[in-house]
Amino acid sequence: MISQLYLNGVTRSFDGFKAINGLSLTVDKGELRAIIGPNGAGKTTMMDIITGKTRPDEGEVFWNEQIDLTKTDEAGSARLGIGRKFQKPTVFETLTVEDNIALALKDERSVFATLFHRQTEPDGAKITELLDLVKLNGDRSRLAADLSHGQKQWLEIGMLLAQDPELLLVDEPAAGMTDAETMRTAELLKGIAGQHTVIVVEHDMEFVRALGCKVTVLHQGAVLAEGSIDHVSANPDVIEVYLGR
Amino acid sequence: MLSLIDRRMGIFLAGLFILTVAIPIGNLAMEGQPVPSYAVSLLGKYLCYALLAVALDLVWGYCGILSLGHGAFFALGGYAMGMHLMREIGDRGVYANPDLPDFMVFLNYQELPWFWWGFDQFWFACLMVLAVPGTLAFIFGWFAFRSRVTGVYLSIITQALTYALMLAFFRNEMGFGGNNGLTDFKDVLGFSLQTDATRAGLFILSAIALATGLLIAKAITASKLGKILIAIRDAESRTRFIGYRVEGYKLFVFTVSAMMAGVAGALYTPQVGIINPGEFSPANSIEIVIWVALGGRGTLVGAAIGAILVALAKTLLTGWIPEIWLFALGALFVFVTIFMPKGVLGVIENIAPKRPKPAEAPA
Repeated sequence: MISQLYLNGVTRSFDGFKAINGLSLTVDKGELRAIIGPNGAGKTTMMDIITGKTRPDEGEVFWNEQIDLTKTDEAGSARLGIGRKFQKPTVFETLTVEDNIALALKDERSVFATLFHRQTEPDGAKITELLDLVKLNGDRSRLAADLSHGQKQWLEIGMLLAQDPELLLVDEPAAGMTDAETMRTAELLKGIAGQHTVIVVEHDMEFVRALGCKVTVLHQGAVLAEGSIDHVSANPDVIEVYLGR
Repeated sequence: MLSLIDRRMGIFLAGLFILTVAIPIGNLAMEGQPVPSYAVSLLGKYLCYALLAVALDLVWGYCGILSLGHGAFFALGGYAMGMHLMREIGDRGVYANPDLPDFMVFLNYQELPWFWWGFDQFWFACLMVLAVPGTLAFIFGWFAFRSRVTGVYLSIITQALTYALMLAFFRNEMGFGGNNGLTDFKDVLGFSLQTDATRAGLFILSAIALATGLLIAKAITASKLGKILIAIRDAESRTRFIGYRVEGYKLFVFTVSAMMAGVAGALYTPQVGIINPGEFSPANSIEIVIWVALGGRGTLVGAAIGAILVALAKTLLTGWIPEIWLFALGALFVFVTIFMPKGVLGVIENIAPKRPKPAEAPA
């Protein structure tokens, strides 16, 4: 089994504070993995490092066991096949729902290619397929700004899928969603895993339970425990970190 | 090409076309000259401003880059053309020196500085009108956008850029005429700048340049690249995380915009008859922003209308009660920001009868 993502001894500090401290983590291809941890555990910094937004001070980060992710930037990691969803839904507000998806579609990303770009028939079909999947087909010509919070979350997930990434990094997808939407999101992510590798960063334990996958607990920038949700929630260290505060 | 002309653009271009035909006829071919000659050059100047406003709207309205230094690109284009016009004077200057412009003789230059070489050729000057502002914008943008300087910080350094250029051009040692700038032009391509026919020709050229600039800007904003520019404006980091190298897009649009501003400057110089370092003044660049905000940011046509309206108001007010012009401009800006967030164009389009909307898709 080739690992999708391999982090070894990664450390990154900000003004002397070690946000990530000797973090080692391996995620297999096609795996669905939940990462939990209290505030300040280093979850966001970890994602920034994986996507090339932040460079680690030390340690290795490898993609498909060959490509060094510490040498890339955000656009570079996206082109390798890493899709990232932010905690706060971030879509292009003054573009239509359809255009939001169209821009994310896997395609040439250079300046002159986009200047002379013509949308093809298969592109249009792919957009419709994705809009159906995230249940926004009826809203395709509305501006993204006019969508509800939950719909924006879904649109962003749709954009992520349009990129057809190998790895999806999803930051608190259930934040601000109703219970029904949360469960639907869990089902969607479970459905995507297998074909794609999915890493979900989450606070909501119910949601993590619904995902039913391997869980990694981060604490003070390193891995505290790893295993099934029942296994980690029985771990005394984890109980200490979560309940001791 | 035709698909670029939407309703807004169509009405504006039609109006511009009528003006372009009517003004020269009224000036040259009609009994009693209902359009005075000075008005032709004045209107031509407004059209240059309109093109400059379109250039700024392209970067600010669509990509969110608030440049407070676009006057610099305009002035550089103006200087490039001015240098050619100086060379065309030849030995008809006050000092009748066939090799050196008057100000160089006055400052005891022995020979033509190297950066004036080639400007006796019209084609070379035209190339420089595009190349000088374009290169400056490219180099400046390359550093600024790669370092991810955005928002108000970028605005401030663009302002510093134009201010630094103003100070440099004020110096006699720079070799661009110092304080007085370049003036006393005689003719362009053999046509005397004093004749009505040449002035009408320059006016028509300005109108063509404005129409071309609008169509180029429209073509860019209507393409997929244009949508990426809007995406960058709305959510820059999201754009990066879906794989677009934001700096490349910013650099492209900033450079195109600077070249457009250069062309506007090049047409401005012969119609006004002078180009001096005052064109680099920060206040000029801020005024461009007001034109665009007043006309309607992110509409292209609105920017052009805004420039023409403010320039017209300036001409009338400074002739009438010059002391209050700056107060009037400030008040106008405050009024527009508070009551007309979509600018004049937004107000017009709200009043004008709308076409029936296409039927809503079933939810």
